[in-house]
Amino acid sequence: MEFLSPPTWADALAAKAARPDAVPLAGGTDVMVELNFRRRAPAALLDLTRVPELRAWREEDGLLRIGAGVSYARIMAELGGRLPGLARAARTVGSPQIRNRGTLGGNLGSASPAGDGHPPLLATGALVELASTRGVRRVPVAEFFTGPKQSVLSDDELIAAVLVPPAPGPQQFAKIGTRNAMVIAVASFALELRPEGSVGTGIGSAGPTPLRAPEAEAFAAAELPWASRGRLDPAVAERFGELVAAAASPIDDVRGTAAYRRRTLGVLARRTLTWAWSELCA
Amino acid sequence: MRVICTVNGVERSADDVWEGESLLYVLRERMGLPGSKNACEQGECGSCTVYLDGVAVCACLVAAGQAAGRDVVTVEGLADGEELHPVQRAFLDAGAVQCGFCTPGLVVAVHDLLEREAAPSDPEIREALAGNLCRCTGYEKILDAVRLAAARAREETP
Ligand SMILES: Cc1cc2nc3c(=O)[nH]c(=O)nc-3n(C[C@H](O)[C@H](O)[C@H](O)COP(=O)(O)OP(=O)(O)OC[C@H]3O[C@@H](n4cnc5c(N)ncnc54)[C@H](O)[C@@H]3O)c2cc1C
Ligand code: FES
Ligand code: FES
Repeated sequence: MEFLSPPTWADALAAKAARPDAVPLAGGTDVMVELNFRRRAPAALLDLTRVPELRAWREEDGLLRIGAGVSYARIMAELGGRLPGLARAARTVGSPQIRNRGTLGGNLGSASPAGDGHPPLLATGALVELASTRGVRRVPVAEFFTGPKQSVLSDDELIAAVLVPPAPGPQQFAKIGTRNAMVIAVASFALELRPEGSVGTGIGSAGPTPLRAPEAEAFAAAELPWASRGRLDPAVAERFGELVAAAASPIDDVRGTAAYRRRTLGVLARRTLTWAWSELCA
Repeated sequence: MRVICTVNGVERSADDVWEGESLLYVLRERMGLPGSKNACEQGECGSCTVYLDGVAVCACLVAAGQAAGRDVVTVEGLADGEELHPVQRAFLDAGAVQCGFCTPGLVVAVHDLLEREAAPSDPEIREALAGNLCRCTGYEKILDAVRLAAARAREETP
């Protein structure tokens, strides 16, 4: 095995072009588990932790550009005000040790349907920036995932950053698991309310990929009392939950049954809508 | 490959390191520092918690090559010579050590918590230690140890 440690982004892209079989290594919280258990024996590891660009975030054309190597702990500490949904999701990842090391880029790289970073990126309409020596492309996160643990990322590409609009209004994230810490989601849900009258959604762990719930979004946009900022009709919240549940395509697995996941999603969607609506009207 | 890094303030070097090897393995098997424990090798138990450039991480999930040139502090680096660190003292005094396997990781995690928060609430303590598993104590004595270490530190620096 080779261990490649490019010091700059240009070197990292060149290394990946020269060695498309090299496995990128960021926080290692997915990759090292596979190596420790000899589930994977890559020809080369491409350590990205020395590339300064990946660890930075900044504002760019009204969007927040978050380097793929920014840890969950830093998202919570540095971006909680402008991206409360993503920060809430980051806070539910693993343990402090995992959040200190694990990155959003690694979450996308693994492309697990259960990745907690994905629902808030879907709900906010984030873009994923992919780069190679051939050039740079920006993919809407909804088009990034192609199947369980599969994405549009090519062999010679690396994830550079995600671009997320700062929250225009309330954002929520909720996750069901067997404990309050250290759990892979049985189901998760992220919501964004945009005060001009639209809604974003993201479903985790209840389909082959993370999903949006477009019908639920359209329903909420049409039915919520945006102008009056009146009380949320419980029947609207209930129906929103049903539409979110209907958008999922869960399976039975060791963590839960499909039926339980659907039911849970309905509850999470109803609850997060209730919280977010009262935040908007506060 | 050769990996050189600073461990507990001293520059250390390890040879013939496998490229996929973890920092934990290098510390325990190549540098003779068995304080950090290996229990799960998958980030679940926290018994391998060390500082990497001042950040608490699971050493089992850091590739050795990622630690090259960096600053590592293990549980062995917390005591001042023969004098136990106050967090270690508190674990002993509170009866928070039974078999002791989880203790080194917990000591580093508690050290990290108290660096950030001198007077943590109970929910803060629970959240900070959520990634450290103990099969013996039932955790109550560990919470006592954290409260004791925090209270003693506050008495010393009023
Ligand atoms: C104990 C434990 C608990 C966990 N709990 C959770 C949880 O609650 N929620 C959750 O979502 N996840 C959880 N995880 C999984 C993991 O922490 C996350 O998926 C994390 O985001 C991975 O990031 P990383 O930087 O550690 O990735 P790595 O392990 O370094 O990499 C992950 C994948 O992404 C690729 N990759 C990394 N960076 C790039 C890049 N810039 N470009 C292209 N490819 C890249 C790697 O090649 C690899 O395929 C947990 C893991 C552990 C060990
Ligand atoms: S051995 Fe590293 S977390 Fe268990
Ligand atoms: S004292 Fe035995 S595992 Fe904690």
